[in-house]
Amino acid sequence: MIPLSWYLIFAAALFSIGLFGVLARKNAIAILMGIELMLNSVNINLVAFWRYLSPEMITGQVFAIIVFAVAAAEVAVGLALIISVYRRKSTIVAEDIDMLKF
Amino acid sequence: MVSGNFDPSMFLAIFPEIMILVLGLLILLFDLFLPKEQHDKLGWVTAGGLTLIIIGSLFVAQPSGIGEQIFGGMLRHDGLSFSFKMIFLFSAAITAMFVMGMDKVGKRGEFYLLMLASTLGMCLMSSASDLIMLYLAIETTSIPLYILAGFMTEDDKSTEAGFKYLLFGAMTSAILLYGFSLLFGFTGTTNIYKISYGLQMGSFPIVVVFGVLLLIVTGFIFKISAVPMHFWAPDVYEGAPTPVAGFLSTASKAAGFSVLLRVLLIAFPGVLPYWSAFLVAISTLTMTVGNLLALTQKNIKRMLAYSSIAHAGYALIGLGSISSLSILGISSVVFYLVAYVLTNLAAFGVVAAFGKVSGSDDIAAYAGLSRRSPVLALTMMVAFLSLAGMPPFGGFVVKFIVFSAAVQANLIWLAVVGVLNSIVGLYYYLTVLKVVYLYRSEDEEKPLPIPRSYSIALCVLVFGILAIGIVMSPWFNLSTAAAHALF
Repeated sequence: MIPLSWYLIFAAALFSIGLFGVLARKNAIAILMGIELMLNSVNINLVAFWRYLSPEMITGQVFAIIVFAVAAAEVAVGLALIISVYRRKSTIVAEDIDMLKF
Repeated sequence: MVSGNFDPSMFLAIFPEIMILVLGLLILLFDLFLPKEQHDKLGWVTAGGLTLIIIGSLFVAQPSGIGEQIFGGMLRHDGLSFSFKMIFLFSAAITAMFVMGMDKVGKRGEFYLLMLASTLGMCLMSSASDLIMLYLAIETTSIPLYILAGFMTEDDKSTEAGFKYLLFGAMTSAILLYGFSLLFGFTGTTNIYKISYGLQMGSFPIVVVFGVLLLIVTGFIFKISAVPMHFWAPDVYEGAPTPVAGFLSTASKAAGFSVLLRVLLIAFPGVLPYWSAFLVAISTLTMTVGNLLALTQKNIKRMLAYSSIAHAGYALIGLGSISSLSILGISSVVFYLVAYVLTNLAAFGVVAAFGKVSGSDDIAAYAGLSRRSPVLALTMMVAFLSLAGMPPFGGFVVKFIVFSAAVQANLIWLAVVGVLNSIVGLYYYLTVLKVVYLYRSEDEEKPLPIPRSYSIALCVLVFGILAIGIVMSPWFNLSTAAAHALF
């Protein structure tokens, strides 16, 4: 059986890639995709921990399913807000959306 | 403590949440069936409904002396969560009264529904005692708030505010969630009250526990807009509709503090010296950065945003001075938040009332306000002096208690930093008051009508600020009782 640590390392790598994407990408959709990667790494963590450490409880699975559902809601709202910005500015590049600044 | 069996009296414990949901559905029905010209009544329905819920909860949903976990350990019904719920319901009611005066958003039922959904999430946040419930509650709070910040789709700034708030908020909640997943893996449980036992059993290195704690605290610090996760606040407050900015800076911030208190104290008592030192550092930075950046602002909403960052820093003093010996740190945070919520709602209410007529949020536009509307100027003075921490207003008493918590925890230098920061704060609050009272403008003859909902809400707030400032002991005893109920 594949050891648990492999899953954890994989999830950590995925999380880091997602975080890098969020911080480095300029396109709003790409930023949202980065956030999705981060949430997926969380799900891998949760399911792996559940399977290896407490398979008799359903807590880990329930947590993962709730993360799915919330992530879907978050992306729906995110895309709606991106569309409303696009209607005003005709761009979704984060650098060009800079009316509010110090 | 965990009652696994079902007990119908549990429903009384979540009476406020159930009633908020019912009120939200009522608002939707009214929105559907009321004729268009009657839609300005929606705000009265929301505010009145919330007031009734507060009164009803005081009779029905009061927790008993010791807290108990309900619904299989998902929620905890205790004095702390109950006090925070009352704060959230109150600020939602006041915000509804401010919103109904706004032309673009005040007549739209979905605005009130979203605000109620967010309040529901906050109530669950303050009572959540399970990581799953906590995450769900945080998102129930945040997602409607993203929409509310970007609610004015015809306005460039508002859409941008919603957009930025969403991107930062979603990112930090993903970081928070990664921390939760590791915490679940380490301890094998998601119940906050069992986590500390699990961490003790696992005998993990302190570095690892503290690392997980940092991931989680990042998410909470974003909610309370403390440095280094503060950068979103000025942009979002400036762009969002003013009552929403007021709601964000009060209820949402108080919700962040309620989870910060519960998670840090209950789940991580083992690393208490480390996180309290960490919070002391954050608090010093937050106060200083917030106050210094507020000095240079030209826009009053941005200035209030930086001032609210600074106030998060003052409240964090109380959290940083928590030690195993004394409960003063916790009760000072709760008490600070009560006064801060009243004061900042009043400040944003004045800004909303003024911005509605003049259409400008520049500080320079406030010249001559004392002649155009003496009452509004007086309210502004009360709110700003209370924010600055002047007696006899509420802001003075709570600052005093927070600083005394720091002194009791042998953090005298922190109290000194706090006092110095208050002096910096006093400077920029007085600068605005100088513009209001001393400067003249050409518009002085133009009247400044204040809608009735604003007058009622501001009256209540000013009365509250004075009540806390003059008669402090009952309020302080209440927050001490709430602090005791946490454990």
